[in-house]
Amino acid sequence: MAEKLLEIKNLKQYFNVGTKNEVRAVDDVTFDIYKGETLGIVGESGCGKSTTGRTIIRLYDATGGEVIYDGVDVHAKKSKKELKAFNRKMQMIFQDPYASLNPRMKVLDIIAEGLDIHGLVKNSKERTARVHELLETVGLNREHANRYPHEFSGGQRQRLGIARALAVEPEFIIADEPISALDVSIQAQVVNLLKELQEERGLTYLFIAHDLSMVKYISDRIGVMHFGKLVEIGPAETIYTAPLHPYTQSLLSAIPLPDPAYERSRVRKSYDPTTHKYLKDEEVIMREVTPGHLVLCSQREFDAFAK
Amino acid sequence: MEKIVEVKNLELSFHTFAGEVKAIQGVNFEVYKGETLAIVGESGSGKSVTTKSIMRLLPKSSTEYKNGEILFGGKDLLKISEKEMQKVRGKDISMIFQDPMTSLNPTMTIGNQIMEPLLKHQKLSKTDARKKSIELLTLVGMPKPEMRMKQYPHQFSGGQRQRIVIAVALACNPKLLIADEPTTALDVTIQAQILELMKDLQKKIDTSIIFITHDLGVVANVADRVAVMYGGRIVEVGTVDEVFYNPQHPYTWGLLSSMPSLDATEEKLYAIPGTPPDLLDPPKGDAFALRSEYAMKIDMEQVPPLFKVSETHYAATWLLHPDAPQVDPPVAVIERMKRFPGSRYYEGNAGGVR
Repeated sequence: MAEKLLEIKNLKQYFNVGTKNEVRAVDDVTFDIYKGETLGIVGESGCGKSTTGRTIIRLYDATGGEVIYDGVDVHAKKSKKELKAFNRKMQMIFQDPYASLNPRMKVLDIIAEGLDIHGLVKNSKERTARVHELLETVGLNREHANRYPHEFSGGQRQRLGIARALAVEPEFIIADEPISALDVSIQAQVVNLLKELQEERGLTYLFIAHDLSMVKYISDRIGVMHFGKLVEIGPAETIYTAPLHPYTQSLLSAIPLPDPAYERSRVRKSYDPTTHKYLKDEEVIMREVTPGHLVLCSQREFDAFAK
Repeated sequence: MEKIVEVKNLELSFHTFAGEVKAIQGVNFEVYKGETLAIVGESGSGKSVTTKSIMRLLPKSSTEYKNGEILFGGKDLLKISEKEMQKVRGKDISMIFQDPMTSLNPTMTIGNQIMEPLLKHQKLSKTDARKKSIELLTLVGMPKPEMRMKQYPHQFSGGQRQRIVIAVALACNPKLLIADEPTTALDVTIQAQILELMKDLQKKIDTSIIFITHDLGVVANVADRVAVMYGGRIVEVGTVDEVFYNPQHPYTWGLLSSMPSLDATEEKLYAIPGTPPDLLDPPKGDAFALRSEYAMKIDMEQVPPLFKVSETHYAATWLLHPDAPQVDPPVAVIERMKRFPGSRYYEGNAGGVR
């Protein structure tokens, strides 16, 4: 997975700029996403993980920094035509399957909307055939095409969301908490579907979630965010077995596991940002501790990690 | 052990435009003094309905109690008048809801909301109630309680609001606390704090808790005993170790194996196929049979009774019938059973710490 698909450089997303209540939702975040991998982003609500996803796909205009997709800056000025071509490559799956499907449109039209916009089908026969094919890909029936969203269960709606994202044959999908609104038994179905599709089509995912056990399962690499900053990023296994940043450690120690014996011995660590004792002139940046494993730290802390 | 509440053969239906929804079809369980019983299950399995019927919070117009009784302090809660019920609610039995945003009154200061049960049930004077409220807020870990008393719910974060809800619920030292997904809307770190707080307070005031959740990690953390619900029935009940390390019902197997473990390397997650049953027209026999690869012919025809596994452990599956063939549960479940003395996969290395 050497090839970079996406480079996010010093991305900043501030809201209410210049006013008293300026919010730095994403504050100088830098990471890469490689072709064919799943990068998981975890963190508490309000840490900026969703905003990061939305800024990458241009739902928000970035305050600063660059998002480079396949060598092209996403946020640079573009003609409508260039934008359209770009939108086809990047798609999004949303958290709430109840709110992200238009209740007044038939499934056929919801899924085909992207096909129509990008002119991917020539006639209505081809359009219907394509939608049927997509429905079957995500494990639904072709008969479902003529129904409305309210006729589906939560898990089925999330499948519709996935079918819609797949319609334009994207390379990169941002999944923003795609399973948090679903029941446990249905979560596994959707996660398996996402994994299968990735294998078949070589998709790249940015998987945003707060359920850390699912993230570990689906991701190759994981990034941890806290207060708009990326504090640690690395291979999923490393983040879970050898987390270095105290915030990551505290987050991991807070997850309850379905194992009573483990639960009885689990000790929760709390995170106190003041324990870093950063000096005024200390440079706190992402430093690579082991290959591919980066931690937000000062030089002093970095030296301590190395030991 | 003293039984605090006993639900016997509860059956209830909702009358809707689409027809009769058989939400609860014969549920039996009891809660002992000082213990935490966790009820797990998917949405629509009847876990919230069961506890709301203990509190008698279901809409009168559409709910029909078909059978059963709920015994609390020698009385059947289904038979007493609404006026008597009001004396129980918030005093002997109180409830914490899932969404701390909607379960507090946005137009009342939180001080008044905590004082309300104290004034109503304990007939305290206003000064005493205020004092007690400040104590309660301190107890649930709220900084600057005197100042906070005068504030409104929107001035608090989600975790703080849930602490306030807990303070209201505990104001009268209830014998039974029902917590309906109290941490589902919260972040993991806040969830951990609230769970610790609840366990701590439980020890202090010796209350029993019914904890409803679909998060098995939370269950493992808080529960003494676990009841698994599916399609309006309890399909398995036992101590937390019995249910997690020696599960017997195929639905429990499915639930436990569809959760990825943190040390997992499995290629594919086990997913329970299909969707939960439609209780408008509940399936004949075992409601889970249609989604289960372990289903036998009899599962399609006859509802299995609860078979006894141990003094404390029961499961409703025909697989436990003496004539049933022996089947191997999914791999992830066998891994768990290896750690349980008394299961047929037990390997002897007890301790169970990963």
